[in-house]
Amino acid sequence: MHAIVGTIPREQFPLTPGEVGLIDNELCIGGNRVPVNRGTPALLAAAIKAGDFLGLPAPYGYVVGDIGHGDGSRRLYEYLTLHLPQSDFESITLHYLLPDVNWHNRVLAKLDEAVRRPRLIADAGFMYAAKMSGKSLQYDLFTPDIGELAFLADEEAPHPFYTRGFILHEESGVPDLISRAYAHNNAARHLLVKGEKDYIANEKGIQAVIDQPVEDAMEAIGGTGDTLTGIVASLISTGMEITEAASIAARTNRLAGYYAKPTPATQVIEIVNHIPRALEEVLGENERGAPWEEVSQGESA
Amino acid sequence: MAFFDVFKRRHAETSAGGAPGDRGLLIFENTSEVIRAERVLKAKGWEIRVMGPPPEIRSGCDLVIEIPLIEELNILRSLQEAGVLPKEVVPVTSPLLKPVDLFKVKELDRYLMVRAANMKLTVDKETSTIVNVSGGGCPDVPYLAQEMVGKTLMEAPSPREIGHTLCGYALQLAYEEATRRCTQ
Repeated sequence: MHAIVGTIPREQFPLTPGEVGLIDNELCIGGNRVPVNRGTPALLAAAIKAGDFLGLPAPYGYVVGDIGHGDGSRRLYEYLTLHLPQSDFESITLHYLLPDVNWHNRVLAKLDEAVRRPRLIADAGFMYAAKMSGKSLQYDLFTPDIGELAFLADEEAPHPFYTRGFILHEESGVPDLISRAYAHNNAARHLLVKGEKDYIANEKGIQAVIDQPVEDAMEAIGGTGDTLTGIVASLISTGMEITEAASIAARTNRLAGYYAKPTPATQVIEIVNHIPRALEEVLGENERGAPWEEVSQGESA
Repeated sequence: MAFFDVFKRRHAETSAGGAPGDRGLLIFENTSEVIRAERVLKAKGWEIRVMGPPPEIRSGCDLVIEIPLIEELNILRSLQEAGVLPKEVVPVTSPLLKPVDLFKVKELDRYLMVRAANMKLTVDKETSTIVNVSGGGCPDVPYLAQEMVGKTLMEAPSPREIGHTLCGYALQLAYEEATRRCTQ
Protein backbone atom coordinates (compact mmCIF):
# COMPACT_ATOMS: atom_id res chain seq x y z
CA MET A 1 0.00 0.00 0.00
CA HIS A 2 1.13 3.55 -0.60
CA ALA A 3 0.26 6.77 1.20
CA ILE A 4 -0.42 10.26 -0.11
CA VAL A 5 -0.14 13.35 2.09
CA GLY A 6 -1.59 16.74 1.24
CA THR A 7 -4.24 19.40 1.67
CA ILE A 8 -7.82 20.04 0.58
CA PRO A 9 -8.74 23.65 -0.34
CA ARG A 10 -11.47 23.95 2.30
CA GLU A 11 -10.75 25.72 5.55
CA GLN A 12 -12.94 23.50 7.72
CA PHE A 13 -12.04 20.12 6.20
CA PRO A 14 -10.99 17.92 9.15
CA LEU A 15 -7.68 16.13 9.43
CA THR A 16 -8.60 12.79 7.91
CA PRO A 17 -6.49 9.66 7.55
CA GLY A 18 -7.92 6.74 5.61
CA GLU A 19 -8.36 4.87 2.37
CA VAL A 20 -9.47 7.09 -0.49
CA GLY A 21 -12.03 6.22 -3.16
CA LEU A 22 -13.39 7.92 -6.25
CA ILE A 23 -17.16 7.98 -6.87
CA ASP A 24 -18.87 10.06 -9.57
CA ASN A 25 -15.71 12.11 -10.12
CA GLU A 26 -15.46 13.00 -6.43
CA LEU A 27 -12.96 11.79 -3.86
CA CYS A 28 -14.34 9.96 -0.86
CA ILE A 29 -12.35 9.90 2.36
CA GLY A 30 -13.62 9.45 5.90
CA GLY A 31 -17.21 10.07 4.85
CA ASN A 32 -16.33 13.35 3.13
CA ARG A 33 -16.57 14.01 -0.59
CA VAL A 34 -14.25 16.38 -2.41
CA PRO A 35 -14.37 17.58 -6.04
CA VAL A 36 -11.30 16.79 -8.15
CA ASN A 37 -9.92 20.05 -9.47
CA ARG A 38 -6.20 20.30 -8.92
CA GLY A 39 -3.67 19.87 -6.14
CA THR A 40 -3.78 16.86 -3.85
CA PRO A 41 -7.32 15.81 -4.90
CA ALA A 42 -6.08 15.53 -8.52
CA LEU A 43 -3.04 13.56 -7.42
CA LEU A 44 -5.21 11.19 -5.37
CA ALA A 45 -7.71 10.73 -8.21
CA ALA A 46 -4.96 9.85 -10.68
CA ALA A 47 -3.37 7.45 -8.21
CA ILE A 48 -6.72 5.73 -7.69
CA LYS A 49 -7.38 5.40 -11.42
CA ALA A 50 -3.90 4.05 -12.09
CA GLY A 51 -4.06 1.79 -9.04
CA ASP A 52 -7.43 0.35 -10.06
CA PHE A 53 -5.98 -0.64 -13.39
CA LEU A 54 -2.88 -2.12 -11.76
CA GLY A 55 -4.96 -4.05 -9.22
CA LEU A 56 -3.59 -2.12 -6.24
CA PRO A 57 -5.43 -1.43 -3.00
CA ALA A 58 -6.76 2.11 -2.63
CA PRO A 59 -4.09 4.60 -1.59
CA TYR A 60 -4.06 5.67 2.04
CA GLY A 61 -4.59 9.41 2.37
CA TYR A 62 -3.53 11.83 5.07
CA VAL A 63 -5.38 15.02 4.21
CA VAL A 64 -6.47 18.20 5.96
CA GLY A 65 -8.16 21.45 4.99
CA ASP A 66 -5.83 24.39 4.36
CA ILE A 67 -6.41 27.43 2.17
CA GLY A 68 -2.97 28.87 2.79
CA HIS A 69 -3.06 29.94 6.43
CA GLY A 70 -0.87 26.96 7.26
CA ASP A 71 -2.86 25.89 10.33
CA GLY A 72 -4.06 22.70 8.68
CA SER A 73 -0.61 21.92 7.32
CA ARG A 74 0.95 22.24 10.76
CA ARG A 75 -1.66 19.98 12.33
CA LEU A 76 -0.95 17.42 9.62
CA TYR A 77 2.83 17.69 10.10
CA GLU A 78 2.33 17.03 13.79
CA TYR A 79 -0.02 14.11 13.13
CA LEU A 80 2.55 12.56 10.80
CA THR A 81 5.30 12.75 13.40
CA LEU A 82 3.06 10.86 15.81
CA HIS A 83 1.75 8.19 13.43
CA LEU A 84 4.33 7.53 10.71
CA PRO A 85 6.64 5.54 13.00
CA GLN A 86 3.92 2.85 13.23
CA SER A 87 3.25 2.85 9.49
CA ASP A 88 4.27 0.27 6.90
CA PHE A 89 3.94 1.75 3.40
CA GLU A 90 5.77 0.80 0.23
CA SER A 91 5.95 4.48 -0.68
CA ILE A 92 4.77 7.85 0.58
CA THR A 93 4.04 10.85 -1.63
CA LEU A 94 4.21 14.21 0.13
CA HIS A 95 2.47 17.03 -1.68
CA TYR A 96 0.67 20.36 -1.08
CA LEU A 97 1.62 21.43 2.44
CA LEU A 98 2.76 24.84 3.56
CA PRO A 99 6.56 24.56 3.31
CA ASP A 100 8.04 24.53 6.81
CA VAL A 101 11.61 23.33 7.20
CA ASN A 102 11.43 22.57 10.91
CA TRP A 103 8.31 20.45 10.58
CA HIS A 104 9.70 18.83 7.44
CA ASN A 105 12.81 17.74 9.34
CA ARG A 106 10.76 16.28 12.16
CA VAL A 107 8.62 14.26 9.76
CA LEU A 108 11.68 12.99 7.91
CA ALA A 109 13.32 11.91 11.17
CA LYS A 110 10.19 9.98 12.17
CA LEU A 111 10.14 8.17 8.83
CA ASP A 112 13.41 6.55 9.80
CA GLU A 113 11.53 4.92 12.68
CA ALA A 114 8.83 3.41 10.42
CA VAL A 115 8.37 -0.35 10.24
CA ARG A 116 10.17 -0.13 6.91
CA ARG A 117 11.63 2.96 5.27
CA PRO A 118 9.20 3.77 2.43
CA ARG A 119 10.31 5.10 -0.90
CA LEU A 120 9.75 8.85 -0.72
CA ILE A 121 8.25 11.05 -3.43
CA ALA A 122 7.93 14.80 -2.93
CA ASP A 123 6.18 17.40 -5.03
CA ALA A 124 4.80 20.92 -4.53
CA GLY A 125 5.20 22.53 -1.10
CA PHE A 126 6.75 19.51 0.55
CA MET A 127 9.41 19.41 -2.17
CA TYR A 128 10.14 23.10 -1.50
CA ALA A 129 10.68 22.33 2.19
CA ALA A 130 12.81 19.28 1.33
CA LYS A 131 15.10 21.40 -0.85
CA MET A 132 15.35 24.17 1.72
CA SER A 133 16.24 21.61 4.39
CA GLY A 134 19.29 20.43 2.46
CA LYS A 135 18.04 16.83 2.70
CA SER A 136 16.92 16.33 -0.91
CA LEU A 137 19.05 13.24 -1.41
CA GLN A 138 17.02 11.40 1.21
CA TYR A 139 14.14 11.38 -1.30
CA ASP A 140 13.74 8.88 -4.10
CA LEU A 141 11.88 11.17 -6.50
CA PHE A 142 11.07 14.84 -6.97
CA THR A 143 8.58 15.84 -9.67
CA PRO A 144 9.20 19.55 -10.42
CA ASP A 145 7.96 21.57 -13.36
CA ILE A 146 10.50 23.82 -15.07
CA GLY A 147 9.96 26.79 -12.73
CA GLU A 148 10.44 24.49 -9.75
CA LEU A 149 13.50 22.89 -11.37
CA ALA A 150 15.05 26.37 -11.65
CA PHE A 151 14.37 26.78 -7.93
CA LEU A 152 16.09 23.45 -7.19
CA ALA A 153 19.00 24.56 -9.36
CA ASP A 154 19.41 27.85 -7.51
CA GLU A 155 21.24 26.94 -4.34
CA GLU A 156 20.31 30.25 -2.74
CA ALA A 157 16.60 30.48 -3.57
CA PRO A 158 14.24 29.83 -0.63
CA HIS A 159 11.18 29.54 -2.90
CA PRO A 160 10.55 29.54 -6.69
CA PHE A 161 9.41 33.16 -6.32
CA TYR A 162 12.99 34.14 -5.43
CA THR A 163 14.81 32.15 -8.09
CA ARG A 164 17.56 34.36 -9.48
CA GLY A 165 16.99 35.82 -12.91
CA PHE A 166 20.13 34.42 -14.52
CA ILE A 167 18.78 30.93 -13.93
CA LEU A 168 16.35 31.03 -16.80
CA HIS A 169 13.20 28.95 -16.76
CA GLU A 170 13.73 27.90 -20.37
CA GLU A 171 12.97 24.45 -21.74
CA SER A 172 16.32 24.45 -23.56
CA GLY A 173 18.13 24.88 -20.27
CA VAL A 174 16.69 21.80 -18.56
CA PRO A 175 19.84 19.64 -18.83
CA ASP A 176 21.94 22.40 -17.27
CA LEU A 177 19.40 23.02 -14.52
CA ILE A 178 19.37 19.31 -13.68
CA SER A 179 23.18 19.27 -13.49
CA ARG A 180 23.19 22.33 -11.28
CA ALA A 181 20.54 20.88 -8.94
CA TYR A 182 22.63 17.73 -8.47
CA ALA A 183 25.87 19.71 -8.12
CA HIS A 184 24.44 21.45 -5.05
CA ASN A 185 22.72 18.31 -3.67
CA ASN A 186 19.31 19.91 -4.19
CA ALA A 187 17.74 17.08 -6.21
CA ALA A 188 16.27 13.80 -5.09
CA ARG A 189 17.91 10.55 -6.22
CA HIS A 190 15.63 10.74 -9.27
CA LEU A 191 13.96 13.67 -10.98
CA LEU A 192 10.89 13.65 -13.19
CA VAL A 193 10.80 17.13 -14.74
CA LYS A 194 7.37 17.96 -16.15
CA GLY A 195 7.18 20.21 -19.20
CA GLU A 196 6.94 20.39 -22.98
CA LYS A 197 9.24 17.40 -22.77
CA ASP A 198 9.33 15.28 -19.64
CA TYR A 199 12.85 14.48 -18.44
CA ILE A 200 13.75 11.57 -16.19
CA ALA A 201 17.16 12.04 -14.59
CA ASN A 202 19.44 10.94 -11.81
CA GLU A 203 22.89 12.06 -10.70
CA LYS A 204 24.42 10.35 -13.74
CA GLY A 205 22.39 12.52 -16.11
CA ILE A 206 19.22 12.35 -18.16
CA GLN A 207 17.98 8.78 -18.45
CA ALA A 208 14.92 9.30 -20.66
CA VAL A 209 13.02 12.05 -22.45
CA ILE A 210 9.32 11.62 -23.09
CA ASP A 211 7.95 14.06 -25.64
CA GLN A 212 5.01 12.31 -27.29
CA PRO A 213 2.16 12.88 -27.75
CA VAL A 214 2.22 16.69 -27.62
CA GLU A 215 -0.80 18.69 -26.44
CA ASP A 216 0.13 22.35 -26.00
CA ALA A 217 -2.97 22.98 -23.92
CA MET A 218 -1.77 20.63 -21.14
CA GLU A 219 0.61 23.22 -19.69
CA ALA A 220 -2.27 25.57 -18.98
CA ILE A 221 -4.50 22.98 -17.30
CA GLY A 222 -4.27 23.07 -13.53
CA GLY A 223 -3.56 19.65 -12.05
CA THR A 224 -1.82 17.92 -14.96
CA GLY A 225 1.43 17.85 -13.02
CA ASP A 226 -0.43 16.45 -10.03
CA THR A 227 -1.92 13.65 -12.12
CA LEU A 228 1.54 12.71 -13.36
CA THR A 229 2.79 12.49 -9.78
CA GLY A 230 -0.24 10.37 -8.86
CA ILE A 231 0.40 7.91 -11.68
CA VAL A 232 4.09 7.54 -10.88
CA ALA A 233 3.26 7.10 -7.18
CA SER A 234 1.03 4.13 -7.99
CA LEU A 235 3.60 2.56 -10.30
CA ILE A 236 6.39 2.95 -7.74
CA SER A 237 4.22 1.34 -5.07
CA THR A 238 4.22 -1.85 -7.16
CA GLY A 239 7.97 -2.06 -6.54
CA MET A 240 8.82 -0.92 -10.06
CA GLU A 241 12.23 0.67 -10.60
CA ILE A 242 11.87 4.45 -10.47
CA THR A 243 13.24 5.41 -13.88
CA GLU A 244 10.95 2.91 -15.57
CA ALA A 245 7.96 4.02 -13.47
CA ALA A 246 8.61 7.67 -14.28
CA SER A 247 8.92 6.94 -18.00
CA ILE A 248 5.67 4.97 -18.07
CA ALA A 249 3.88 7.60 -16.00
CA ALA A 250 5.01 10.48 -18.20
CA ARG A 251 3.91 8.72 -21.35
CA THR A 252 0.59 7.71 -19.72
CA ASN A 253 -0.19 11.24 -18.57
CA ARG A 254 0.50 12.61 -22.04
CA LEU A 255 -1.63 9.97 -23.68
CA ALA A 256 -4.51 10.55 -21.24
CA GLY A 257 -4.29 14.24 -22.13
CA TYR A 258 -4.33 13.42 -25.82
CA TYR A 259 -7.44 11.26 -25.41
CA ALA A 260 -9.20 14.11 -23.58
CA LYS A 261 -8.78 16.37 -26.66
CA PRO A 262 -7.94 19.25 -24.35
CA THR A 263 -8.18 23.00 -24.74
CA PRO A 264 -6.62 25.43 -22.24
CA ALA A 265 -10.07 25.55 -20.58
CA THR A 266 -10.27 21.78 -20.01
CA GLN A 267 -10.49 20.72 -16.36
CA VAL A 268 -8.23 17.98 -15.07
CA ILE A 269 -10.94 15.45 -14.18
CA GLU A 270 -11.53 15.01 -17.92
CA ILE A 271 -7.94 13.81 -18.23
CA VAL A 272 -8.07 11.64 -15.10
CA ASN A 273 -10.86 9.58 -16.60
CA HIS A 274 -8.63 8.57 -19.53
CA ILE A 275 -5.77 7.29 -17.36
CA PRO A 276 -6.76 3.57 -17.35
CA ARG A 277 -7.01 3.43 -21.15
CA ALA A 278 -3.72 5.29 -21.54
CA LEU A 279 -1.94 3.14 -18.96
CA GLU A 280 -3.12 -0.05 -20.63
CA GLU A 281 -1.72 1.16 -23.93
CA VAL A 282 1.60 2.30 -22.50
CA LEU A 283 2.17 -0.90 -20.53
CA GLY A 284 1.44 -2.82 -23.73
CA GLU A 285 4.04 -0.73 -25.57
CA ASN A 286 6.46 -1.32 -22.72
CA GLU A 287 6.13 -5.09 -23.03
CA ARG A 288 6.93 -4.80 -26.71
CA GLY A 289 9.95 -2.55 -26.02
CA ALA A 290 9.57 1.02 -24.82
CA PRO A 291 9.56 3.35 -27.84
CA TRP A 292 10.67 6.32 -25.75
CA GLU A 293 14.09 4.80 -25.16
CA GLU A 294 14.93 5.87 -28.70
CA VAL A 295 14.59 9.55 -27.82
CA SER A 296 16.47 9.20 -24.57
CA GLN A 297 19.87 8.84 -26.17
CA GLY A 298 22.23 11.71 -26.79
CA GLU A 299 21.07 14.06 -24.04
CA SER A 300 23.03 14.34 -20.89
CA ALA A 301 22.73 16.51 -17.84
CA MET B 1 4.29 52.71 0.39
CA ALA B 2 2.30 50.66 -2.13
CA PHE B 3 1.66 47.03 -1.21
CA PHE B 4 3.76 45.63 -4.01
CA ASP B 5 6.55 48.19 -3.88
CA VAL B 6 8.12 46.23 -1.06
CA PHE B 7 9.81 44.11 -3.70
CA LYS B 8 12.84 46.16 -4.60
CA ARG B 9 14.70 45.25 -7.76
CA ARG B 10 18.26 44.64 -6.65
CA HIS B 11 21.08 42.56 -7.97
CA ALA B 12 21.93 39.31 -6.22
CA GLU B 13 25.58 38.74 -5.47
CA THR B 14 25.77 37.24 -2.05
CA SER B 15 26.39 33.95 -0.37
CA ALA B 16 23.99 31.95 1.73
CA GLY B 17 24.09 32.43 5.46
CA GLY B 18 23.51 29.87 8.14
CA ALA B 19 19.97 30.92 9.02
CA PRO B 20 16.95 28.70 8.32
CA GLY B 21 16.04 28.63 4.65
CA ASP B 22 12.37 29.43 5.09
CA ARG B 23 12.73 32.75 6.94
CA GLY B 24 12.57 36.28 5.57
CA LEU B 25 13.33 39.77 6.85
CA LEU B 26 11.05 42.80 6.91
CA ILE B 27 13.02 46.01 6.48
CA PHE B 28 11.46 49.29 7.62
CA GLU B 29 12.26 52.97 7.28
CA ASN B 30 12.96 53.40 10.97
CA THR B 31 12.98 51.67 14.32
CA SER B 32 9.66 53.04 15.49
CA GLU B 33 7.99 51.31 12.54
CA VAL B 34 9.74 48.09 13.55
CA ILE B 35 8.29 48.36 17.02
CA ARG B 36 4.78 49.05 15.71
CA ALA B 37 5.01 46.17 13.25
CA GLU B 38 6.31 43.82 15.93
CA ARG B 39 3.33 44.65 18.13
CA VAL B 40 0.88 44.08 15.26
CA LEU B 41 2.37 40.75 14.23
CA LYS B 42 2.75 39.38 17.75
CA ALA B 43 -0.86 40.30 18.48
CA LYS B 44 -1.86 38.24 15.44
CA GLY B 45 0.12 35.27 16.73
CA TRP B 46 2.92 35.20 14.15
CA GLU B 47 6.21 33.58 15.09
CA ILE B 48 8.57 36.51 14.57
CA ARG B 49 11.63 38.03 16.17
CA VAL B 50 13.26 41.43 16.05
CA MET B 51 16.96 41.32 15.26
CA GLY B 52 19.87 43.25 13.78
CA PRO B 53 20.10 43.17 9.98
CA PRO B 54 22.80 41.22 8.11
CA PRO B 55 25.77 43.30 6.87
CA GLU B 56 24.57 43.40 3.25
CA ILE B 57 21.54 45.49 4.14
CA ARG B 58 22.72 47.25 7.30
CA SER B 59 22.26 50.99 7.18
CA GLY B 60 23.17 51.99 10.71
CA CYS B 61 21.61 51.37 14.06
CA ASP B 62 18.63 49.58 12.57
CA LEU B 63 16.48 46.56 13.27
CA VAL B 64 14.63 44.07 11.11
CA ILE B 65 11.87 41.57 11.80
CA GLU B 66 12.38 37.91 10.93
CA ILE B 67 9.25 36.19 9.58
CA PRO B 68 8.23 32.88 7.97
CA LEU B 69 8.92 33.93 4.38
CA ILE B 70 6.42 31.58 2.75
CA GLU B 71 3.59 33.43 4.53
CA GLU B 72 4.77 36.83 3.36
CA LEU B 73 1.54 37.73 1.58
CA ASN B 74 -0.55 37.12 4.66
CA ILE B 75 1.84 39.03 6.90
CA LEU B 76 1.99 42.02 4.58
CA ARG B 77 -1.78 42.18 4.51
CA SER B 78 -1.83 42.42 8.32
CA LEU B 79 0.76 45.19 8.23
CA GLN B 80 -1.08 47.05 5.51
CA GLU B 81 -4.25 47.02 7.60
CA ALA B 82 -2.23 48.54 10.44
CA GLY B 83 -0.64 51.12 8.12
CA VAL B 84 2.92 50.01 8.73
CA LEU B 85 4.22 48.36 5.57
CA PRO B 86 7.94 47.57 5.33
CA LYS B 87 10.00 49.12 2.58
CA GLU B 88 11.39 45.73 1.58
CA VAL B 89 11.12 41.97 2.20
CA VAL B 90 14.18 39.77 1.63
CA PRO B 91 15.11 36.12 2.26
CA VAL B 92 17.31 35.54 5.31
CA THR B 93 19.65 33.22 3.47
CA SER B 94 20.39 35.71 0.71
CA PRO B 95 19.22 39.20 1.59
CA LEU B 96 20.06 40.65 -1.80
CA LEU B 97 17.95 38.14 -3.72
CA LYS B 98 15.17 39.72 -5.73
CA PRO B 99 11.83 38.18 -6.65
CA VAL B 100 11.32 36.76 -10.09
CA ASP B 101 10.27 39.58 -12.38
CA LEU B 102 10.24 37.82 -15.74
CA PHE B 103 7.01 36.80 -17.37
CA LYS B 104 6.58 34.09 -19.95
CA VAL B 105 3.58 34.68 -22.15
CA LYS B 106 2.15 32.09 -24.53
CA GLU B 107 -0.73 32.46 -26.98
CA LEU B 108 -2.82 29.30 -27.38
CA ASP B 109 -5.45 30.13 -30.03
CA ARG B 110 -7.97 32.35 -28.24
CA TYR B 111 -6.26 31.87 -24.88
CA LEU B 112 -3.43 33.75 -23.22
CA MET B 113 -1.22 31.98 -20.67
CA VAL B 114 0.98 34.10 -18.41
CA ARG B 115 3.63 32.50 -16.21
CA ALA B 116 5.33 34.28 -13.31
CA ALA B 117 7.86 32.16 -11.41
CA ASN B 118 6.12 28.85 -10.77
CA MET B 119 2.53 30.07 -11.39
CA LYS B 120 0.50 30.14 -14.59
CA LEU B 121 -2.80 31.86 -15.26
CA THR B 122 -4.74 31.31 -18.49
CA VAL B 123 -7.40 33.67 -19.80
CA ASP B 124 -9.89 33.50 -22.67
CA LYS B 125 -8.95 36.67 -24.56
CA GLU B 126 -12.42 37.06 -26.05
CA THR B 127 -14.29 37.07 -22.73
CA SER B 128 -11.48 37.89 -20.23
CA THR B 129 -12.56 34.77 -18.34
CA ILE B 130 -9.93 32.97 -16.27
CA VAL B 131 -10.12 29.40 -17.55
CA ASN B 132 -7.26 27.79 -15.63
CA VAL B 133 -4.65 28.28 -12.93
CA SER B 134 -1.71 25.89 -12.79
CA GLY B 135 1.66 25.45 -11.12
CA GLY B 136 2.63 26.34 -7.58
CA GLY B 137 3.05 24.28 -4.47
CA CYS B 138 1.63 26.18 -1.50
CA PRO B 139 -1.82 25.22 -0.20
CA ASP B 140 -3.51 28.47 -1.17
CA VAL B 141 -3.00 27.65 -4.87
CA PRO B 142 -5.87 25.13 -5.19
CA TYR B 143 -8.02 27.52 -3.15
CA LEU B 144 -7.14 30.50 -5.34
CA ALA B 145 -7.89 28.46 -8.46
CA GLN B 146 -11.22 27.40 -7.01
CA GLU B 147 -12.16 31.03 -6.34
CA MET B 148 -10.87 32.51 -9.61
CA VAL B 149 -11.49 30.01 -12.41
CA GLY B 150 -14.69 30.67 -14.33
CA LYS B 151 -14.76 34.38 -13.45
CA THR B 152 -13.60 37.30 -15.55
CA LEU B 153 -10.45 39.18 -14.60
CA MET B 154 -12.65 42.00 -13.30
CA GLU B 155 -14.99 39.75 -11.30
CA ALA B 156 -12.41 37.44 -9.79
CA PRO B 157 -10.90 38.19 -6.39
CA SER B 158 -7.23 39.04 -6.78
CA PRO B 159 -4.65 36.72 -5.23
CA ARG B 160 -3.48 39.70 -3.19
CA GLU B 161 -6.88 39.79 -1.49
CA ILE B 162 -7.35 36.11 -0.72
CA GLY B 163 -3.91 34.49 -1.12
CA HIS B 164 -1.49 33.89 1.71
CA THR B 165 1.85 32.69 0.40
CA LEU B 166 4.66 33.37 -2.04
CA CYS B 167 2.86 31.22 -4.63
CA GLY B 168 -0.10 33.56 -4.14
CA TYR B 169 2.26 36.47 -4.75
CA ALA B 170 3.53 34.92 -7.98
CA LEU B 171 -0.04 34.36 -9.12
CA GLN B 172 -0.81 38.01 -8.35
CA LEU B 173 1.96 39.05 -10.72
CA ALA B 174 0.62 36.75 -13.45
CA TYR B 175 -2.89 38.12 -12.81
CA GLU B 176 -1.70 41.73 -13.13
CA GLU B 177 0.20 40.97 -16.32
CA ALA B 178 -2.80 39.15 -17.84
CA THR B 179 -5.05 42.08 -16.89
CA ARG B 180 -2.62 44.55 -18.44
CA ARG B 181 -2.45 42.60 -21.67
CA CYS B 182 -6.20 41.99 -21.90
CA THR B 183 -7.05 45.66 -21.37
CA GLN B 184 -4.50 47.06 -23.83
